[in-house]
This record gives sequence, C-alpha cells and structure tokens, in this order.
Amino acid sequence: MKKGKKSVLFITLCLAPAVILYFIFMIIPTVNVFRMSFYKWGGYSNNKLFVGFDNFVILFRDMKFMQSMQNSLLLIALVTIFTFGLSILFAAILTKEKIKGKNFFRVVFYIPNVLSVVVIAAIFSAIYDPNNGMLNSFLSIFRRDSQPVYWLGDQKIVIFSLAAAMVWQAIGYYMVMYMASMASIPESLYECADLEGAGRITQFFHITLPLIWTNIRTTLTFFIISSINMSFLFVKAMTGGGPDGSTEVFLSYMYKQAYTNSSYGYGMAIGVIVFLFSFGLAATVNFITKREPIEF
Amino acid sequence: MAGKKETFSGEKIYKLFIYIALITLAISIIIPVGWVFLASIKQNAEFYGNPWALPQGFYVQNFISAWTKAKMGEYMWTSVLVTALAIFILLIVALPAAYVLARFKFTGKKILSALFMAGLFINVNYIVVPIFLMFVDGDAVLKSVFGTGFLLNNPYILALVYAATALPFTIYLLTGYLITLPTDFEEAAYVDGSGYFRTMTRIILPMAKPSIVTVILFNFLSFWNEYIISMTLLSSANGPKTLPVGLMNLMKAQNAAAQYGQMYAGLVLGMLPTLILYMIVQKKLTQGMTLGGLKG
Repeated sequence: MKKGKKSVLFITLCLAPAVILYFIFMIIPTVNVFRMSFYKWGGYSNNKLFVGFDNFVILFRDMKFMQSMQNSLLLIALVTIFTFGLSILFAAILTKEKIKGKNFFRVVFYIPNVLSVVVIAAIFSAIYDPNNGMLNSFLSIFRRDSQPVYWLGDQKIVIFSLAAAMVWQAIGYYMVMYMASMASIPESLYECADLEGAGRITQFFHITLPLIWTNIRTTLTFFIISSINMSFLFVKAMTGGGPDGSTEVFLSYMYKQAYTNSSYGYGMAIGVIVFLFSFGLAATVNFITKREPIEF
Repeated sequence: MAGKKETFSGEKIYKLFIYIALITLAISIIIPVGWVFLASIKQNAEFYGNPWALPQGFYVQNFISAWTKAKMGEYMWTSVLVTALAIFILLIVALPAAYVLARFKFTGKKILSALFMAGLFINVNYIVVPIFLMFVDGDAVLKSVFGTGFLLNNPYILALVYAATALPFTIYLLTGYLITLPTDFEEAAYVDGSGYFRTMTRIILPMAKPSIVTVILFNFLSFWNEYIISMTLLSSANGPKTLPVGLMNLMKAQNAAAQYGQMYAGLVLGMLPTLILYMIVQKKLTQGMTLGGLKG
C-alpha cells in the first residue's frame, strides 16, 4: 500500500472522530468514576473535598450496601445457574432431537431478547399482580385457600420473582448461541457413540458438553458481568429496590446514591468497588472453569 | 423382546417430556406477550374481573389517549429521532475507524486497538452519572457565555452519547469482518489511481454490507430499548422523553390512577416496532449473533 503524507492524513481523518467521541464519552467519565470516589461531594454545589479512602471505609460499614451485595450475589447465582442450565438443555434438545416445529420454538424463545426491559417489567407486573394477575389466577385453580401471593410485595419472594423474569429474558439468546456451536459438532461422533451403546445422557456429558466448553466458558464470564448490569435494569423498572431494600442490587444502590441522593463521591466509590468486584468474579469463574481444550 | 418394548415406551415418554418442556417455555412467552395485546383493547372496567376474560370489544380509545394524553406519540417521535440519528452517527464514525484499524499499518495502532477493546468492558451504567455531571458543568459554562445550555434534555446530544457508547462493540465487530475481506479489489483500485477515500466508499462499503446490517440491527434494538441513559440525561419533567422512559412513567402513574388500558396500549406501541423488525429479520439477527461473537 502507498505510504506518504496522504495516507497519514487519511488515517488521521478516519480515526479522529471515533477517538474524540470515545475519549469524551467513555474514557473521561470512566477516569472520573475513579477520581470522584476519593472526594466527598454532594449536591449541585461545587464543594469537593478530598477525603482519600474515606468513602470506601464508610462503604464497608454501610449495612444497606451489604444488603445490596447479598441480593446481587443471590441474583447472579440464581440467574446464571437457571439461564445456563435451561439454555444448554434446550439447545441440546433442539439440535439433537427430531422435533416438529423446531424453527417455531427457536423463533419464539428469542422474542424476550428483543423487548425493552421496561416492557418486560410491565409484562411481569401484569403476571405478578396479586389480585388480577395471571400467575395468581392460574394458581387459584390448584389452591383452594384464596389468599393471594404477593410476588413483588413479599420480601421473601420478590427476589425470586425478579430472577424468574431475568431468566425468562436471557434463555433464548444463549440458547441460539449454543445451538450454533452445537451444530458444528460432527455428527459422526454421535454415530460412533450410538454404535457403542452410549445413551443420550452419556452422549450429552461426554460429547456435547466438553466440545462446547470453550464457548460456555467465554459466555459465562460475559454473562456474570452483564448480569450485574441486567439486575440493575430489572430492579429499576420492576421494583425500584423495594420492598424495603429487599431487591436493592449493586448498581441500583449506586444510582440511588449518586443520582437520586446526589452523593456523587460516595456513589462513585460504590461504582469502583462493584467494577473491581465484577472483574474479580469473572476472573475467578474463568479460572475455576478452566479445562484442557478439546478439539474435534 | 420384552426389553425392546420397554425402551420403546421409554422413548415415547422421553419425547413426551421434551415436548411438554418446549411447549411450557413457549407458552410462558406467547401468553404474557399476547395478553398485553388483548389487554390494550380492553376497557378499564374489564380489568377488575377475571384476567383471562377476552376483550368485550376493540376499545380504540386506549390507543388514542395513550398517543395524545399520555404523550406516547411525542415520545415515539423522540425515540425514532434518537435511534435513527444515533445509528447514523455511529456508522459515519465507526466505519472509517474500523477500516483503518483493519487495513493500515501505522504507529500506535496496537495501543489504539487495545484501547477500543477495553471499552467493551466499560458498561454505560457505571459512567452514566459522570456523563450527567459533565453535562451539568458544561451547561453551566454555556449558560454563562450564551445565556442558555443545551447539553441536558436534548435528544440530539442523547443520540451522540448513544453512538459514542456503542463505538467499542461496533468497531470490534466491523474490524473483525473487514479483516477477512480480500485486498485484491482495493489494490486494483489504487493501481487505477483511485484515492483512499474513494476506495473506501466505493469498494469497501459495498463489501462490508453484511456486517453493517448486523450493526444496524443490534444497535437499533439496544438504542430503541435503552432507558437508563435516557432517563438520566432527559430528566426534565416536561421535556422530551424516549418511549421506554415514557412507558415507565406511565406504569408509575397507572399505580395511582388505574389507567390500565392506556398503559397496555402504550406498551403495545413500544414493543410493536421491535417485534415487527424481529419477525422480518429473525434469521439474519440470530445468524449475525454468531458472526459478531458476544454481546456484552
């Protein structure tokens, strides 16, 4: 390729807009998150006071933050286990078995992924409504005592209701992804296993799962980071953290402190901790799930 | 012979079980989404009885009052504007950058690529408050100079922020695709005396079409459905709002004023565009997913 002043100019012109936008709206705000976490800064006044690690010290004594951490961890664990279990299972069924309407199921399962979380929240409040909700009226067929279940109002239940909505949203996306990687496993492997008398379950655990393991690992790492974000979106739209903080999660607490409460410095300290925590968690999961890669 | 008969019936039970599982999941998606469509044409009084009752008629008034009284028409227009503009800016900025990163050799290329890659891990939920604060400061400066600020409560600026935050993923996806294209056509064009810019727009752009379609699809869904940034940056009560934020306000108002029909009509308006798009392009979307690798 030609070199010279012209190419330098072209390269600069092509890159400049992207780099400028990226710096202004992503790099600088990210740096600011870390910088602001060292300041005591509240309200619209410009009184910034450097306090070092004070915000972090307060944070670890903040019972509300601890509660949000518990809720987040429970949600991440529940949603990850059920989403991955179910999406891998359904992907295996739809790729391996002769199913009528295979394409229909694939198309339908993916629908929740194209809906806004706000729309999903509204759909689930119609499902969970204690008096005229779909779920309670369905359950009343089996339950004779007609005491309504408060799916979003009962502190013991609400987090599971939230998890169910999140799993409902995520299954289709991951299922389609695993279907693609399962489809690339050569059929001959299964034929061999059939001849040697291996059953479905053996085949699944000894052929399918090991061969798509690399894919599962990558998606798992991404999923954990993204479930911290998704739980915020769902909480914000569905419960607002209530009742009484029982669904407050990492980022919803950060947003509450930093935006609603205008304690910017403290809110950003929460952001820093959550950011580091999510990377730590992802790295741990990545390490635990490490296996010798198997090729076919 | 008895053994064979047993496995045969076992096979049948297994198939039955699979179909029950598949149909249960499909129903759990189709019924609630369909329910919202039916609810959107019900009159308010119908919401106090059995939730499974079919609508008594087509109550168009819900859509009219959602469109005008609840300002859904206005919000929809804002959403269309923001989404279209954001995608336009994104493509104009990301395509040249991705092309240069994929094809040219220059100093600092590795650092720049790594920097954009790092952006894949920065989630907007962490940096939305710093962006907001940056705009508050910016507006204060603008006010003192021009007498009025335009950074907050401005859909055009929101579109710019959307485009900027989508840059890392888009550049990652486009670069990955452009690198796989053969260089023969470009070299031929250079030999014929075509300049860099002309080569990019006339030769590369048409060849990159599949990846551009993927970029548009994914970003359409994410911009149309986004509500955290939109809620934060368009926060003025009477100012412009995007559809998801308008829907969220409607949901909250619904708790107080019990305007069910109007809310479900608004919901239908919010999800119809994405559902229609999905039905048209569902094959491309699920294929593009594996082409693009992971979505955060």
